[in-house]
Amino acid sequence: MSAVSKMAFDNAYEAITEENDARWAYGTGFTDPLAGVDTTVPAEVDGADLAAYCLMLGDDALILSHRLQQWCTHAPELEDEVALANIGLDLLGQARMLLTRAGKADGSDRTEDSFAFFRAEHEFRNVRLAEAPNGDFAFSMARLLVFATWRLALLQRLTSSIDPVLAAIAAKGVKEVTYHRDYAAQWVVRLGDGTELSHERMQAGLDAVWPLVGELFEPHPVELRLGPAAVDVRELRPEFDEVIAQVLGAATLQVPDAEPLAGVSGKAGRDGVHTEAMGYLLAELQSVARAHPEATW
Amino acid sequence: MVTATATTEMSRAYQVAASVTDPELPMLTLADLGVLREVTEEDGVVRVTITPTYSGCPAMDTMRDDLVHALREAGYRDVDVRTVLHPAWSSDWITEEGRRKLAEAGIAPPGPAPRRSGPIPLTLTPPSSRVPCPKCGSPDTVETARFSATACKALRRCRSCDEPFEHVKEI
Ligand SMILES: [Zn+2]
Repeated sequence: MSAVSKMAFDNAYEAITEENDARWAYGTGFTDPLAGVDTTVPAEVDGADLAAYCLMLGDDALILSHRLQQWCTHAPELEDEVALANIGLDLLGQARMLLTRAGKADGSDRTEDSFAFFRAEHEFRNVRLAEAPNGDFAFSMARLLVFATWRLALLQRLTSSIDPVLAAIAAKGVKEVTYHRDYAAQWVVRLGDGTELSHERMQAGLDAVWPLVGELFEPHPVELRLGPAAVDVRELRPEFDEVIAQVLGAATLQVPDAEPLAGVSGKAGRDGVHTEAMGYLLAELQSVARAHPEATW
Repeated sequence: MVTATATTEMSRAYQVAASVTDPELPMLTLADLGVLREVTEEDGVVRVTITPTYSGCPAMDTMRDDLVHALREAGYRDVDVRTVLHPAWSSDWITEEGRRKLAEAGIAPPGPAPRRSGPIPLTLTPPSSRVPCPKCGSPDTVETARFSATACKALRRCRSCDEPFEHVKEI
């Protein structure tokens, strides 16, 4: 922060009123996370489809980030408090770039805030796995293991997307989600291969998560239309199953056998059809922005 | 006034930008950390390109402000700070000078980042220690948490001197 100490302001008021300075008025510094990135949509890619796809992957990250933030001050140990907050922060960063990308891709120039705070529930495209309430620590770890294993496999393939922005966002995400998956896997093993009680609760957590797994591998028409700009999620299943088997084997846990949670007339999270928990989550996530719609932060 | 695009590390604008420090690791300059990618001058406009360490790095906005301030103070009126995402930042980009400053501040610098192809292997047990203690130099250290006060660091403990310390993760 040496630049700060060297600044020559005559008084504090001059400092806070200097134009174009995000630092001094706290909360006005959230500038475009893609500032200066070339966001031209490749000619062979449909901008509206690309925007919808960015919202899908961005909403997954935004909504699970919110759930992870809800662990703050509730985690079992300080180290886990810090870990969950960091994982939530990584996902929030991915969400910010993806939502911003969506506003550029569809030509609307909508900002990340506009997408995060001023869309209605049916406009959110996240999988229902992300919105499920945290439950106990075992449920949260089972959900994080499933989410990170799936997202890592997805992002790794997305690094060869023909959209260079999506490919670059994915390449950063791969490095981060590798750590998220290891963190969740280590907890699942520790609890599964722990005491009788921890084993029982870890298995119950997995069993409760499992109905939400099927949706992760159901491709949405937007993903299929995008072809080489996106990833066909059906291709991810073998790798997912292999990683989960490896973790659950070490954890002495059983892979659950559960029917996928039905959607409504075949529609689920990717179509904007959510579970009851989503409305409560959004009420919390959006309340401040909606109470002060002209505010900047 | 320089009119052609210049990316020389000798340029005065580069020297100014390179001296700005990281908000979260203030012992390092942005150049030491490897997030300062390019400084060009054209028609009186200084264009600085930086890259985030992690997607959620909350310090990016502060870095932009600090760069603008430092360059304005050095007499450059038009300053444009841009972000690049590709190639993604790697801990390998921390310079030798940066590694020395980290160690001096009691933070263990990162080892080589993993080079991967194909599916990424799981790590079910904390990686075996090759991180020497920055306080006493003992190689006998253990990871106590994969995450720490900032996204880029893990927590470790030395089994010789018992001191906890931070370690910049390899990514
Ligand atoms: Zn030591």
